[in-house]
Amino acid sequence: MKSLAYRLVAVALMATGLALTTEAFFTGPNLFNVLRQASLTFLIASGLTLTILTAGLDLSVGANVGLSACMAATVMKSSGSIALGVATGLAFGAVVGLANGLMVTALKLPPFIATYGMMWTLNGITYWFMAGETIHGFSPGFRALGSGSWPAPIPPYWPGVPVPIYVMAAFLAAGGVLTRYTTFGHEVYAIGANREAARLSGIPVRARLNLVYTLSGAMAGLAAIVYLARLNSAEADIGEALTLPAIAAVLIGGTSLFGGVGSLTGTLVGALTLTLVVNGMNLRAVDANWQPLVTGAIVLLAVWIDVMTRQRAEARV
Amino acid sequence: MASEGRAQARHYVRSVPGAGYLLVVLILVFALFGEGFATLPNFLNIGVQGSVLLLLALPMTLIIMSEGLDLSMGAVLSLAGVVLASMLMNGRPLWVALAAAAGVGLAFGVANGVLVVTLGLPPFVATLGTLGIAQGLALVLTGGQSVVGIGDALPALYESRIAGVPFSIVIALLAFLAFWWMLSRTRVGSYVSALGGNREALTLAGVHVDLFHIGIYAAGGLMSGCAALLLTGRMSAGHPTAAIGLEFDAVAAVIVGGTSFERGNGTLAGTLIGVLTIGVLRNGLNVLSVPSSLQVASIGVLVIAALVVDSTIAALGRPAGSRP
Repeated sequence: MKSLAYRLVAVALMATGLALTTEAFFTGPNLFNVLRQASLTFLIASGLTLTILTAGLDLSVGANVGLSACMAATVMKSSGSIALGVATGLAFGAVVGLANGLMVTALKLPPFIATYGMMWTLNGITYWFMAGETIHGFSPGFRALGSGSWPAPIPPYWPGVPVPIYVMAAFLAAGGVLTRYTTFGHEVYAIGANREAARLSGIPVRARLNLVYTLSGAMAGLAAIVYLARLNSAEADIGEALTLPAIAAVLIGGTSLFGGVGSLTGTLVGALTLTLVVNGMNLRAVDANWQPLVTGAIVLLAVWIDVMTRQRAEARV
Repeated sequence: MASEGRAQARHYVRSVPGAGYLLVVLILVFALFGEGFATLPNFLNIGVQGSVLLLLALPMTLIIMSEGLDLSMGAVLSLAGVVLASMLMNGRPLWVALAAAAGVGLAFGVANGVLVVTLGLPPFVATLGTLGIAQGLALVLTGGQSVVGIGDALPALYESRIAGVPFSIVIALLAFLAFWWMLSRTRVGSYVSALGGNREALTLAGVHVDLFHIGIYAAGGLMSGCAALLLTGRMSAGHPTAAIGLEFDAVAAVIVGGTSFERGNGTLAGTLIGVLTIGVLRNGLNVLSVPSSLQVASIGVLVIAALVVDSTIAALGRPAGSRP
């Protein structure tokens, strides 16, 4: 909890710095834009957080967003039904997640290898399926999910709260309850802290891991829906640049790669931090080509802090 | 006598990685159904296409044997290719440009090694971070554009043949021999296996374990940098995302070749078979005009198939009644 407070202070300092050095930062529309962007990152990163809590990893979340978004877009366009499109996106996401889970539990592959292979496999399928096409122009009712605001904006007095923020809040609350107050949540932490001990104390480890990876996939599917509604178009490369930021968000949020330590609230703070960095770079007109470099450096820094924290904790014991 | 013969047969069955059988099956299938597959020019073509991959897969074998991973190879190769092409474009001699590319690769390899060994970061995330940095640098250096106008020296070298064998295959074979010599004729081989399973013993034996371990990652970076010679020669240009994802093929080749993440065992011959299997798969699917996006997906399936074949062979080769 104390470390989370430090992270919040860091976010506040960054925000203050941006507010003082750029004129555009501290305006209603930009702040809500930051939150909207952070919500999308959070949705992808939340399922990923669960897998990392079990000492696993899901490198396929970005590619999963890509495939699920393209499938949802195709079904929505051809059937004209929003519900059917949303269901397709969620189903594809979940099935991919289950396949990841089975590779980890049944084939006993290390999670990073299984999901890394899945990432390239999904990319290939998505590119083949889309064949260079772009699907765009969805109904206003669907687009409201990504780009709408409620209560409606009244410029210039009230910018309106973007809908993705409500989605994020709902899933943060649900995820918080799931991880903190349910047996399943406690089992996730137990598996991550010590898998063998968890198994010996009667936790069905494989079944739980399958569920965790399925949830991670389903969250990627949900993120795909919101992302699709925001962009109003689907292309094969839609999810390509999303994995590294999601991992960065989880790690900045204090969830340990070694499992058993971390929280969804932390991941939200991580997503906010990362979005502020990107937003600051945009406001200062830094070339977008710098973004993978900065995200990569942030990932390295976050993991280093994680490793040092762990070493210090071990030295204390 | 009969049981001895059976034990020997079991030994042979187990000593060939699952990919060996897959490779034979793939070649037979493509030869039957793919027109123009089973021809000498096409087999040379597979070798040419597989040469860059082999340069990455050789050090990747050592890295995976030491229970590590290097996901940054494709991005580092792209960056080195951009550096090589830019220097040639500016009229520098080929050897200077190649030295610069190799230097860039080596720097990233040493950085990976320091992050993993000295700072103790998990390899897959550490190299994911350096992947982002290398990719970002390549994009920033080029503004996302291709580097063209690299002159004739490199393309001419790339197109040359030595005793009828294409230049890239010669380079790949030389690299294979160098790694093979290192692994089987020097102590490097046993050190690498020990890194995975028995680090303590290595320290007690007086080996500078950390330095040696960093050296393995450095070799990965160096080879990625050198592979830029072949990649840039083939494309006659440098592109900031040219080799993105090639490390996936390398990891797949190593796993398909029978190197495992947990036990510190693996062979370069297995990796060579893995590289050939992936080369044959991609080439055969090309001949059957399967789009390249689906070829990537098929490599994922190939890895799973090879793992299943491997575990089946392990189960078959085990004497009846015994458990692993």
